Order: sequence, then C-alpha cells, then structure tokens
Amino acid sequence: MELAVDGRKVYAYTGGKPLDPSLPAVVFVHGAQNDHSVWILQSRYLAHHGHAVLAVDLPGHGRSEGPPLASVEAIADWVIALLDTAGIAKAALVGHSMGSLVALDAAGRFPGRVTHVALLGTAFPMKVSDELLAATRDDEPRAQAMVNLWSHYGLAPYPSNPGPGFWLMGETLRLMQRQKPGVMHVDFAACNAYAAGLERAAALRCPALFLLGKRDAMTPARAGQALAKAIPGARVVTLPECGHHLLGEKPDEVLDELVAFLRP
Amino acid sequence: MASPKHPGFSTLSLHAGARPDPATGARATPIYLTTSFVFRDADHAAALFNMERAGHVYSRISNPTNAVLEERVAALEGGVAGLAVASGQAALHLGLATIAGAGAHVVASRALYGGSHNLLAYTLPRFGIETTFVSPRDLDAWRAAIRPNTKALFGETLGNPGLDVLDVPALAEIAHAARIPLFVDSTFTTPYLMRPFDLGADLLFHSATKFLGGHGVAIGGVLVDGGRFDWEASGKFPELTEPYAGFHGMDFQEESTVAAFSLRARREGLRDFGACMSPMTAFQILQGLETLPVRMERHVANTRRVVEFLVAHPMVASVSYPELPTHPDHALARRLLPRGAGAVFSFDLKGDRAAGRRFIEALGLFSHLANVGDARSLVIHPASTTHFRMDAAALRGAGITEGTIRLSVGLEDPDDLIEDLGRGLRAAAKG
Repeated sequence: MELAVDGRKVYAYTGGKPLDPSLPAVVFVHGAQNDHSVWILQSRYLAHHGHAVLAVDLPGHGRSEGPPLASVEAIADWVIALLDTAGIAKAALVGHSMGSLVALDAAGRFPGRVTHVALLGTAFPMKVSDELLAATRDDEPRAQAMVNLWSHYGLAPYPSNPGPGFWLMGETLRLMQRQKPGVMHVDFAACNAYAAGLERAAALRCPALFLLGKRDAMTPARAGQALAKAIPGARVVTLPECGHHLLGEKPDEVLDELVAFLRP
Repeated sequence: MASPKHPGFSTLSLHAGARPDPATGARATPIYLTTSFVFRDADHAAALFNMERAGHVYSRISNPTNAVLEERVAALEGGVAGLAVASGQAALHLGLATIAGAGAHVVASRALYGGSHNLLAYTLPRFGIETTFVSPRDLDAWRAAIRPNTKALFGETLGNPGLDVLDVPALAEIAHAARIPLFVDSTFTTPYLMRPFDLGADLLFHSATKFLGGHGVAIGGVLVDGGRFDWEASGKFPELTEPYAGFHGMDFQEESTVAAFSLRARREGLRDFGACMSPMTAFQILQGLETLPVRMERHVANTRRVVEFLVAHPMVASVSYPELPTHPDHALARRLLPRGAGAVFSFDLKGDRAAGRRFIEALGLFSHLANVGDARSLVIHPASTTHFRMDAAALRGAGITEGTIRLSVGLEDPDDLIEDLGRGLRAAAKG
C-alpha cells in the first residue's frame, strides 16, 4: 500500500491482505541497501495469521520516495511517524541488520509505541570496516560484491527464498543493484555512526528477541550476544549454518521464532 | 584493494544449490522420486499453498532434486532463479507464455533451431502471439520490427545453422529502449562460454539435453531469470505487476522485487501448463553439469583441431565457424566468446547431395543423428535429412547448400575424429 510521511510517498507491503489497524501490528524494517521483499515469507504469514503488517521500503529505497535518512535515529523517528500515518497506536518492530538498530532505537525512545522488538543479524556497535565503508562511497559494485559474499553462509540454503529454485546470492546482489546510487553509503555510514545502542537497550520496556546467525560474517553472533546481555530477559536464538541473511537462509526457523515471540 | 573472492565457476558447477543430505548424509544429490511431500500440520499446508512458507508440495511445482539443478544453473548464469522443465522447447514456451498472451508480439532472429521457429511461426499464432523474424545481424531491422505490443526480443546466442553470433549487448540496448526484455537461447554456448546476463540479456533458457547434460541420456530444459529487468518501470507487463486472480490476487512484482518473472512462471506456468522435469532427469543433468567447465574446454579444443583440418582439406569448400576470420561475426565472437565459439559448426563439401550422402555413410566414429552437444561426436547432412524436401534454391534460402554438413564435436581423441572425417571426405571425392 502507499502512505505518505512528511509529504513523501511511502510504500509498505501489507502481506497480501489489506491493512487492518485494529489487529496487533508488526512493522518489518529491512537492512541497508534492501527493500521490503526480503521479508516476504515472514510478513505474508503473519498478515494471514491475525496481524496488521507493514513491511516498509525505507525512504529512498525500493518504491519509497525521498533521500535515504542519514541516521538510525532519523529512521526510527520516521517509523513512528509511519505508525501515526497508518493509524497504528502500537506495533511490534522486527528489524534486520541496520533495521535492527532502527527497531532498538525506536523501542528505547518510544516505549509506549512498541510492543515487542525482534532484532535479526544485529550487533552493537555496528562498525563497518574502513575498506567496506570507502567502497560504499567510491565503488558501489565492489561494495555490493563484498556484502553479498559476507552475507551468506554456504552455497545451498534450504528451502531457499522465496522458494525452491531461487538462487539467494543472485537475488541479494540484484536487490542491492536495484537501489539508487548513493543510498548504500548513507545506510552503512548510519550503521557505523550509531552510538546509542546500550542507552536504548537500558530503556527498553518490551520483550526482546535476538535472532543471530552462527556463521554471520557481517554482524558476528558474539556481537549480537553482547548486546543481548544489556537487555535482561531477552531471548537469544543463534541459528546454526546461517549467515547474516537469516530471513532468506533460514526462513522457517526465523518465522517459527517470530510466531512464538509474538503470540499473545 | 583486492576484489572479494566469490566461488569460481568450477566450484559453483559442483556445489551451488547442493549440500549433504541432512537426513542421510548422502554427499551426492539424492534423487527425490516422489510426487508429493507431507505437511507438518494443517497450518503448514495452508502456508505452503499461500506462499507464506517455502517448501515442496508437489513435484510438478518443485522438487528437491530439481531445485539443486535450478539453483545451480542460476548461479552459473549469474541469475536469480531457474526453472527445470521437460525440454528446451518447454523452457522457451514457458518463458514466452509467462509474459505474452493473445494480442502479443515477439521479434525473433531468423536464425533459429527448427523447433523454435515452428513454435513462433506456426503454433503460437494459433494462440494469438505473432512473431516478426529478422536477420540477427541487422540491428535496424530488430528496432524497426518492435511494435507497441511487442513483449520480447528473442534469439540464439549462436544461431542455427550459420552460427550467427547474437550481438547481445546491442540487442539488449534496443530491447531496453523499448522497455521490453531480451530473451536468449544459450544452448550452444552454455554459461561457460557466455554469460548473457553479464552482457545485458534478461531471460535465457537452455536445452539441457545438450551440453549441460552432455551425455545424451536425458531430455530437459532450464529457464533462467536474470533478475535485472524492471517490469514495474516498463509498464508493459500487467501479468507481473497487477494482482493475479489465479493466485490469491498476488502481485508478483510486489512479492519479489527481483524475481517476479520466476514466481509467476512457477506458480502459474508449471502449475497450469505442467511441463515439469522428472527428478531422475534433473539428477542425470546434474551429473553432467558437475563437469561442464572441463568438458567445454575439451569440446572447444577438439573443435579447433577439427576446424583446422577441414579448412585445409581440398574437398571442403568452406567452413563456417566464428573463430575463423572468414566468418562474418568473427570480430563479435572475439569480443563476446573469448573462451571459444562452441563445438557445433557446419561446413560445405565440394559436390552435390550425393557427395554429402557418401561422406556421411563412410564415417565410423561420428554418429549420424539429429542432436548436438553429446559427449560423442555427431554429424548430420541437412539436404538428405532435415531439409530433404527442399530443392537447391530453397536450401540457399535457408542458408545451406546441398553439401552442407553440420558437426557436433565430442570429447574423443581429436586425432581419431580427424581420421574419421578424412575417411568420409575421401568417400565424398570418389563420386
């Protein structure tokens, strides 16, 4: 569906069903240089199982207008503004990678608006190597090749995503190539600069779930586990034989954990 | 700074899409000869049917053995998804039927395999899809033939029978200027010799019967989606960008930004047309695919030896192989096919139709049959077989003569192949 935030068009996938704001809401926030389609299975399932779902294209990504937002805090503000626009009082926030920082930041600063926070492929600090950060600025194809290589574990995720016969590494690369020039550096610089992770973790008032890939080479599982220690009661699940692209590499396991986590 | 090191072609040929079987530890890809797959529970079943979960339901739509083949070919091509189907012809049909219906139009190269030409020229018009055929080398003709209802440009990477090299980068530019995809038949080149997506093509297919399988034991096809074409921005493909009543009102482009084509081809095309591949066939083609780079190197090396021999032989009037400076696409082949121009080519014998027949009958090692891309060397004389009803003038119109011979060079010792061809040429000369 199309919404508007700050006068700019926003696209959000609603899981194949019209949005019903009276249902328990879930907002999916994608990672750097991605769009809503990375969540397709999980978001579609929840939309057909009693939830109001918004899998957003962040500003400047996919079908959403505007320049990309330059900080995690700015994106978190935007997510809350999106809830206002959609008429949603409270929502569970599910974020991947950069999106996990956005979910954490929003949950820490707007505790009255967030019912649950699920952080996938997360780390704090989410430092980006100098080499990769420079490549996102100076040589996007090279940066995309690096991210694609480091985001996947192995050459045969099962059952693949969105289904058998789809080549996940090819899809990830093409999706990054689809984003507008310049977006990648803004996203990675935002991750690299984010400093408020522990502060927001301390301010959390809702249940937290960490889904981590044991073989994640972008945000190593131990970095996610370290952040989780700052959140008493957080559930931490580390998926074996899984890299950074958990939602594509282990779609069923991710969905099963989300379903259990969001169960009333 | 060094570039990140992705797995190379040979590694992908062996490993992409496959892992040791989690249930048994089997290292080779098992043959999942089952029509259907049990559901965990009723909710799991409903989720699979509604594309809320990934997995297998019924082997016409997907199968674990087929999925390995599909993902492996997609990986080798640098695409986003593959679909294993019953034959190369099924792959061509599925590709076109996914984006074209009654009232649609295609612009195609005139230099096509006979079966593909028949489908486009005679069969698809019965279903309302028209095709304009153009010379593959005439870029202005391609451009001029595009109409508002044109849905794709289509050609073979190496055309039949003259091995016209398709100018993929130029045709991609023409197609994209018209907001339509370029669809190519990559059978003769395989991803080892050319990766059309790297050159701008959007969709491709293989008759996997040929070099991908390589053993001449199984008929199959693989359709591959490059994932780069923006169907939404094109505005010409409501099949992919508007809700489809045939699948829960799904808007495929919304579901997958990069693989909408493959979603519809599987969810509609495999479901409704049903031209699926047997898992046994997928397994057999995988056995060939594992050695594709090794075999293609040898195919090309043997072909170069055979071409060199024929060029120098007094009974040979001409040899049509793009690596020769005499071939009209020589410069293009050097640019687009640096690893070699394949292992199928034709040459013209001096003499008439009878000389061709004597040549064929004297051969012992080359098998006389209608196929290409086998590990064994193959030969056919079009004037006495596939084109036997045509007189000399009609043959000229098809780009061949009474003495044209087509070879598919296999993996035998090249000296033995040359000796066999020498025997045939001596017989041809005795007329």
